[in-house]
Amino acid sequence: FLICVAIRANYPLYIRSVPTQGELKFHYTVHTSLDVVEEKISGVGKALADQRELYLGLLYPTEDYKVYGYVTNSKVKFVIVVDSSNTSLRDNEIRSMFRKLHNSFTDVMCNPFYNPGDPIQSKAFDSIVSTMMVQAC
Amino acid sequence: MSPAQWDLPPELCCRPMAFVALTGLDVVYNAIHRAIWDAFCTNRRADRVPISFKVLPGDHEYPKCRTKRTSYEWYIPKGILKTGWMNKHLNLVPALVVLFYELDWDDPQWKEKQSECATKVEIVRTSLQGRNTKVAVVLIQKKTPLPPGEDLVASERASALCGACDLSGKSLFVLPHTDHLVGYIIRLENAFYEHAQTYYYNEIRRVKSHKEFLNKTTHQLLFVRHQFKMGFFSELKQDTQNALKYYRTAYSLVHELRAHETNMLEIKTMAGFINYKICRLCFQHNTPLDAIAQFRKHIDLCKKKIGSAELAFEHTAWMSKQFQSFGDLFDEAIKLGLTAIQTQNPGFYYQQAAYYAQERKQQAGQLCSHEPGVGYPAPDPLETPTGALDFYGQRPWRQGHQSIDPPDSEKEKQGILALQVKERDVLHSELIIALLSNAVAQFKKYKCPRMKSHLMVQMGEEYYHAKDYTKALKLLDYVMCDYRTERWWSLLTSILSTALKCSYLMGQVKDYITYSMELVGRGLLIVYKVDIVICDCQNEVPEPEPDCDPASVKMAQSLWSDRISLAGNNEFTIEVQDYVPFVQCKAKFLYPSFHIDEPVQLHVYVRADCPHPVRFSKLCVSLSNQEYNQYCLLEDASKEQDILEPSTQENMCLVPGKTRKYCFKFVAKTEDVGKKIEITSVGLMLGRETARYVYLNWRGGWGDAASSHETLQASRSFKRRTRLPEQQLDWDTVTIQSSTMIISRVPKISVQLTHEPPALTNEMYCMIVTIQSEEDTVAKDIKLTAGLKPGQDANLTQSTQITLNGSEVCDDSHPALLPDIPLGDLQPGQKPLYIHCVSTGSRILLFHVAYSVSATVEGKDITCKCHKDETVTLETVVPFEVAMKFVSSKFEHLERVFVDIPFLLMMDILSASPWPIELVNSEVQLASSMTAIDQPQSQVEGVTLQTSECASECFLLKCPPVQNGTSTVASGHYFISWKRKSAFAETSVVRTIVILPHVMVENIPLYVHAELPSFGRVRESLPVRYHLENRTGLVQDVEIGVEPSDAFMFSGLKQVRMRILPGTEQEMLYNFYPLMAGYQVLPQLNISLLRFPNISGQLLRRFLPSRIFVKVTF
Repeated sequence: FLICVAIRANYPLYIRSVPTQGELKFHYTVHTSLDVVEEKISGVGKALADQRELYLGLLYPTEDYKVYGYVTNSKVKFVIVVDSSNTSLRDNEIRSMFRKLHNSFTDVMCNPFYNPGDPIQSKAFDSIVSTMMVQAC
Repeated sequence: MSPAQWDLPPELCCRPMAFVALTGLDVVYNAIHRAIWDAFCTNRRADRVPISFKVLPGDHEYPKCRTKRTSYEWYIPKGILKTGWMNKHLNLVPALVVLFYELDWDDPQWKEKQSECATKVEIVRTSLQGRNTKVAVVLIQKKTPLPPGEDLVASERASALCGACDLSGKSLFVLPHTDHLVGYIIRLENAFYEHAQTYYYNEIRRVKSHKEFLNKTTHQLLFVRHQFKMGFFSELKQDTQNALKYYRTAYSLVHELRAHETNMLEIKTMAGFINYKICRLCFQHNTPLDAIAQFRKHIDLCKKKIGSAELAFEHTAWMSKQFQSFGDLFDEAIKLGLTAIQTQNPGFYYQQAAYYAQERKQQAGQLCSHEPGVGYPAPDPLETPTGALDFYGQRPWRQGHQSIDPPDSEKEKQGILALQVKERDVLHSELIIALLSNAVAQFKKYKCPRMKSHLMVQMGEEYYHAKDYTKALKLLDYVMCDYRTERWWSLLTSILSTALKCSYLMGQVKDYITYSMELVGRGLLIVYKVDIVICDCQNEVPEPEPDCDPASVKMAQSLWSDRISLAGNNEFTIEVQDYVPFVQCKAKFLYPSFHIDEPVQLHVYVRADCPHPVRFSKLCVSLSNQEYNQYCLLEDASKEQDILEPSTQENMCLVPGKTRKYCFKFVAKTEDVGKKIEITSVGLMLGRETARYVYLNWRGGWGDAASSHETLQASRSFKRRTRLPEQQLDWDTVTIQSSTMIISRVPKISVQLTHEPPALTNEMYCMIVTIQSEEDTVAKDIKLTAGLKPGQDANLTQSTQITLNGSEVCDDSHPALLPDIPLGDLQPGQKPLYIHCVSTGSRILLFHVAYSVSATVEGKDITCKCHKDETVTLETVVPFEVAMKFVSSKFEHLERVFVDIPFLLMMDILSASPWPIELVNSEVQLASSMTAIDQPQSQVEGVTLQTSECASECFLLKCPPVQNGTSTVASGHYFISWKRKSAFAETSVVRTIVILPHVMVENIPLYVHAELPSFGRVRESLPVRYHLENRTGLVQDVEIGVEPSDAFMFSGLKQVRMRILPGTEQEMLYNFYPLMAGYQVLPQLNISLLRFPNISGQLLRRFLPSRIFVKVTF
């Protein structure tokens, strides 16, 4: 399974998981991972504010899944959670997934009818996420 | 098997220390022995060698040593590690037995004592039969020993004793019982430690030597056992590096064992033990990453080794324990100085332990839910003959069994059943909660607030399952607000529903209502039971929540009815700013300010977000001035019971998604003019006063926990505000105006000021105030306050005076602001005011007209006080400037004046005023040091000066003699009386004083003046008489010469030297004969004073005319 989220100001704009059962547990996982993201942002901000690597890498290890994080320059956070047994997804794949997400997210933001801060209901964003989920599973 | 069956044995977890047994000490009755023993066992700090001491009687029976096996060929091991083995080597089999014996070298009964000692040594040796344990003897002596080598008797007897006891010289010690006991003891124990290490070294070698007899097929278990033993002995020897090496080998060997269902538990148990040892040593060696890597490997290897499916809970229990003990180790290492980080701290291990504990609980729930008839099997299959297991991790009913299939399937079934029954009684929730709270404590330390909240939710849920609803609710309530502010509605929903169940089961009516209101409200993802609030407001017990424990529901129902029957228990006030209820409210004043003569209007907008219509019974607004509250109240007129019946009060029903507007109006009190009225709160009552009711309270008139964000989003939104059908409002467009000012009525009067700016300094400046009433009724009590506007520069206050009386000039006693000049009732008219500005600059003047008038608002008569302010900026300028100078009679500028020589004082009055000024009079008031030569009369009297015109006058003055040659004297004052020439108003005369400048007065030794006609004629004689006057008390030599001139011929002394007596005057007569017409320079007279060389001729020439006009003769 895989879930991905876009988070702004620490509340979710978009959250989707496959499969949908046990969704709540993943929501909790994503929510708790924000601790690490915030810590990483504040830590990185001190050292290299300009050339910040957006990809944060593996956030924290759990027994069953891996949580990856990505933060845009405007502090929009993306989180991807994958099953730990899923070995086909290496760091590079995750990285490119995040980049795709980010691009799609930028498109959503460019939509003049989108009100920043509202939940994302874009079909294009949805389909990008769906293709990624299909790839990953 | 207790719930603690999964705990690691204490002998595994402790730090192994060399075991040394002390015999021959009578610690109960012998004080000396007691002291020795205390010195051994107290104060064992880290700097002392790691030995565990034990006092044993001399004839103590040590564990028997089994006969050594010579061949392993037919030996089949029954298990990996005996349960008693570790304890045996820690506490039972000593590395060294020390025999204490009281014997001095010069003991009179030496021989007897020596043989007694030898006997005792022999007894110890016998009981240690077969063991490699060393024996040592310590002689307790009363005398301080001599330095080694000096006491011949001692060395001789020592070797004799060694011989008798069959001891090496290294094993015989002397302990003098003197002052330095602790020092001797420390030396002794260091020696013991060496012996112990040798012993353990030999033990390791002995175990290692077994290896060559083993074969891989039958003795697999022994490989693990031996490696473990070697590791353990190394630890006893304090050789942790090697211990780690042995344990690591043991660990890899244990996973090479053939695993099947029957021995799975044993393998896992041993793997757990060895893993524990490895991790512990890694932390001890300060290589935490190795420890973590080992643990990960361990978990990965063991995760899938579930073993018997019927006892799956055992696996999860074991897993949970693995994580927990690793967390403990990690935490302990941190306490000893290791630093952990956010993503790698013990909290994760406790959390995982808790997760497995939850799994275990779930599995136990599935596997152990036997029918009530199934009891604990008898005979107890878990009973063993000794009461304990022989080997770690084996089943009590088939100990030592190592083949793949169980020997007796019936016994196996019974055993599993017994374990399942036992598991049923385990208090899982307690275990889970303890682990979770450990994890919470860790995450708190490592800055993971969200992880902490998540774990607290889990704890709360676990408490809920454990039926401790109070604690559950407390925890959930604590974290709920975090999730609310973070706006994770999906998570909040799940927490709320658990909390709702808790509050229901506890009969906490208020909490129950609050939670249900929030669940029905906006933002939450699930559609909850919608009638809940309606039902709440009835005085009934609500329906039980789904999935609740039936027994608890019964209890709760009785609790509820108890509570309901209690009076005063059925009203609740909920402050909404901490929640997100299903009703939203916005209250606003229509305008930011209202005049007192118009009604204050207040609108309250209410909207429900729940899926069904809601009816309320009361809406009230409380304002900062509570007297108005009565006007802002909407109550259900029908006080009848049934709320669901459609009442005539149609507007008290809230339709979901539609905004309702309620308007209130009231007349403000006249005392409130200038005050602010604020909405302190808006209350909405649901339910009936006769039954249960809930009072929702919006502090400040709007807003709950979610609205600030919603407002922000709405303000960003691009959505067009579509025009909704009549009376419908778009919620987001309603803005908040929670306070209003009551301001006084708009005055209907006009205030006009007539004056001629700018004002002139010191003038009595006239301003005429004209007040015109445009009121419909009589304006009463008109009062005018006029003057300098307060709040300006303090100097202005002092230099501005105001009066109503223009005939006399103000002084400092007049105020700068003239308050409350009563003007009576409605007398539109004028009021002249006089302002006296002493300094220049601009100042703001205030004219404040206050009056009262009666008005009618909404049928109420009120007396309104009105006022009008008029301000004017007044520029003050200097009317004229006076310039003064001293000039000689020749109108030459004088730096200084000379005694008794007349000079002129000249004044120039330059008008700077834009308005004409009439100079009424002027006067010089001379100081005593000056006298006027003629009667000084004003020469400018009656002169009118236009802008930048100048008037001059001069006075002829003379200085009487001064004391010492030169001095500066005051001249006096100059008075100018003047007034503004104005057609506008009668102005008064102002007298301006100008202080005359000081002047330097000087005595002069010789005064020269000439007497000559006013003009001459060409070729006519012109007699000129020069007077030289000696003004000193000395005879003066004077040299006089006349320079020749082209314009004149002259007769007289051309050059002369003469003496002038004191006080006398010398005349010199010359006849000049002008040759040319016009202004001609007279022949220059050169005078030099021989006595006063500093008085130059030039200076003296100043007193003499230099030119003369020569007329032409016809």
